[in-house]
Amino acid sequence: MAEQLLEVNDLKVQFATEDGIVQAVSGISFKLEKGKVLGIVGESGSGKSVTAMTLMGLTRGVNARFEGEVLYKGTDLLKVSDKELQDYRGNELGMIFQDPMTSLNPVYRIGEQIAEAIRAHEKVDKRTARSRAIELLRQVGIPNPENRVDDFPHQFSGGMRQRAMIAMALSCNPSILIADEPTTALDVTIQAQIVDLVSRLKDDFDSAVVFITHDLGVIAEIADEIIVMYAGRVVERGSKRDIFYDPQMPYTWGLLGSIPRLDRPRAERLHTIEGMPPSLINLPEGCKFRPRCPHAFEKCMQEPELENRVEAPGHLDRCWLDVEYKRSRRDETITGGTVEAA
Amino acid sequence: MVAFIIRRIFGMLLVLLAVSFIVYVIFIVIPGGNPAIRIAGRTATQANIKSIEIKLGLNHHGFLGVLQQWFDMVKALFTGTLVSYSNQTNVVQQIKEGIPATFSLAIGAGIIWLGFGILVGTISAVTAGKASDRLITAGALIGISLPVAWLGLLLLYFVGGIGGIFSWFPSGGYVPLTQNPVQWFYHLILPWFTLAILFIGFYGRVLRSNILDTINEDFVRTAKAKGLTTNRILVKHTLRASLIPIVTLFGLDFAAVLGGGAIITETVYNIQGVGWYAAQSIQTQDLPPLMGVTLFGAMFIVVFSLIVDIAYAYLDPRIRLT
Repeated sequence: MAEQLLEVNDLKVQFATEDGIVQAVSGISFKLEKGKVLGIVGESGSGKSVTAMTLMGLTRGVNARFEGEVLYKGTDLLKVSDKELQDYRGNELGMIFQDPMTSLNPVYRIGEQIAEAIRAHEKVDKRTARSRAIELLRQVGIPNPENRVDDFPHQFSGGMRQRAMIAMALSCNPSILIADEPTTALDVTIQAQIVDLVSRLKDDFDSAVVFITHDLGVIAEIADEIIVMYAGRVVERGSKRDIFYDPQMPYTWGLLGSIPRLDRPRAERLHTIEGMPPSLINLPEGCKFRPRCPHAFEKCMQEPELENRVEAPGHLDRCWLDVEYKRSRRDETITGGTVEAA
Repeated sequence: MVAFIIRRIFGMLLVLLAVSFIVYVIFIVIPGGNPAIRIAGRTATQANIKSIEIKLGLNHHGFLGVLQQWFDMVKALFTGTLVSYSNQTNVVQQIKEGIPATFSLAIGAGIIWLGFGILVGTISAVTAGKASDRLITAGALIGISLPVAWLGLLLLYFVGGIGGIFSWFPSGGYVPLTQNPVQWFYHLILPWFTLAILFIGFYGRVLRSNILDTINEDFVRTAKAKGLTTNRILVKHTLRASLIPIVTLFGLDFAAVLGGGAIITETVYNIQGVGWYAAQSIQTQDLPPLMGVTLFGAMFIVVFSLIVDIAYAYLDPRIRLT
């Protein structure tokens, strides 16, 4: 069995705001082994980014409350001091963000920013750090890195900036790379390149990856295990196979139905999930997806536990509906009901 | 870069010419603006006034006449031959004599207000919402609201010996640096702080809000995610970005004070600098010195705005000088 790097147990994150307490994450658990890619999907406001940032301690603040455990190689990162956390950030856990346009400091050269990360954790001189930065830029596919290392971020394209971010995140050879919607702000062709790059570098650097996205199409290429989040909860969890071929939550169907696919007959229109994600201050009773779920019935007024309800042992979901009923009805949502017509 | 600077210098000359013309026009259209009438006194005859006008070169009339008189005055100023109406002293000479005092006041006060402004703004932002932030905010608002003349008089009264309470500091005056550096410093402490206090409050407030905006920038989050220390994030990433707008403020404020803008402070503390000279000339409605002082000040403003633009391009590589 591969080395277990990260174990998150019943993580809860709350923020006190003027409008009330925001339950951003309400109990999420997962494990991550070396060499694996965990995908976390969900709409905006489902708590996936807060989860990712909490792993790095980036959500800490006077208004934030945490419960549960984030065990990195046995150390609870929720408990370590801000100062100790600095040794983990960048060094053990690297992170890349959604918007490469704003995530790099506009006033420093790309190379300086990568070297800064290296020198934060290793005692090396500037010249060594710079040549490491050039090497990293080469590894993430920046052409002519000897010259580009002295460019400012505004001289890089969006895709190149994200590559530079990845180079920076990997500069200290972290065990875990957390990618928070790294492809969302990029063109489709660049998206695929970035996903390939992360996938390849994960092996080169021998790391595990937490890959967060709202796009199941992106996650299909890279993830081993997938967590579907809704309203701060895990609503379905399973292997890539489970989620794509035997999805159990109507919410997951909606997400699957909203991506265009070339391997299925074309639907008239892509599926849209009606309504809006609930306010995290005032959550609905029972199943949190109930108000938007076309299949909801009386029992949904109680919230189902995250349990195994199907044959595959690692496949968990939060849905009361009968498994066979779901299997007969889900294609309407996923493919727009055109399966029969084809 | 060179082309940019040359173009800007041409622009600056045009601005200075325009400023001098506006000052001139304002002066002759205000009531009692004709210096000849004032100099001639109450019982003057038309002939007296006429002869004074001729002597001062004010005997041209109509638009072209005014233009001619303005041009003569600017020419006299730049050739160093312009003299005051009231006491015939050379304007350029008088300004030159005021420069050491004015520069001493401005440079010292500038260092104090920039240093304390940054310190106060940073502490306030880092401890936002806590007691120290509230205290600084209250202090800054008081500092901004204090009239300089009143503050100066109050300090002179209570600690400058005038009220007979404490004589910790001299009651005004200026001692040249070359004559006695210790006395120079001692005499300037009160004026420096009097002049600086408004700017400290203002800069502190501006910097506080800049820092609080910058803290939420994505690149600051990236810096955190890299595992940098809190101090390094604050200084290298947050403060660096937050100080850029302060550069503009400081450039123009400092230029104004260097150019004789600290009229009230210089007058209250009897520092005979350029601002003090301006105050004297206003009292006697003496146009030539005012023209000289205004152009002196305007020159600093335009030069420093050029310096600010160049500094901007250095501080933010996205900005191109064109």
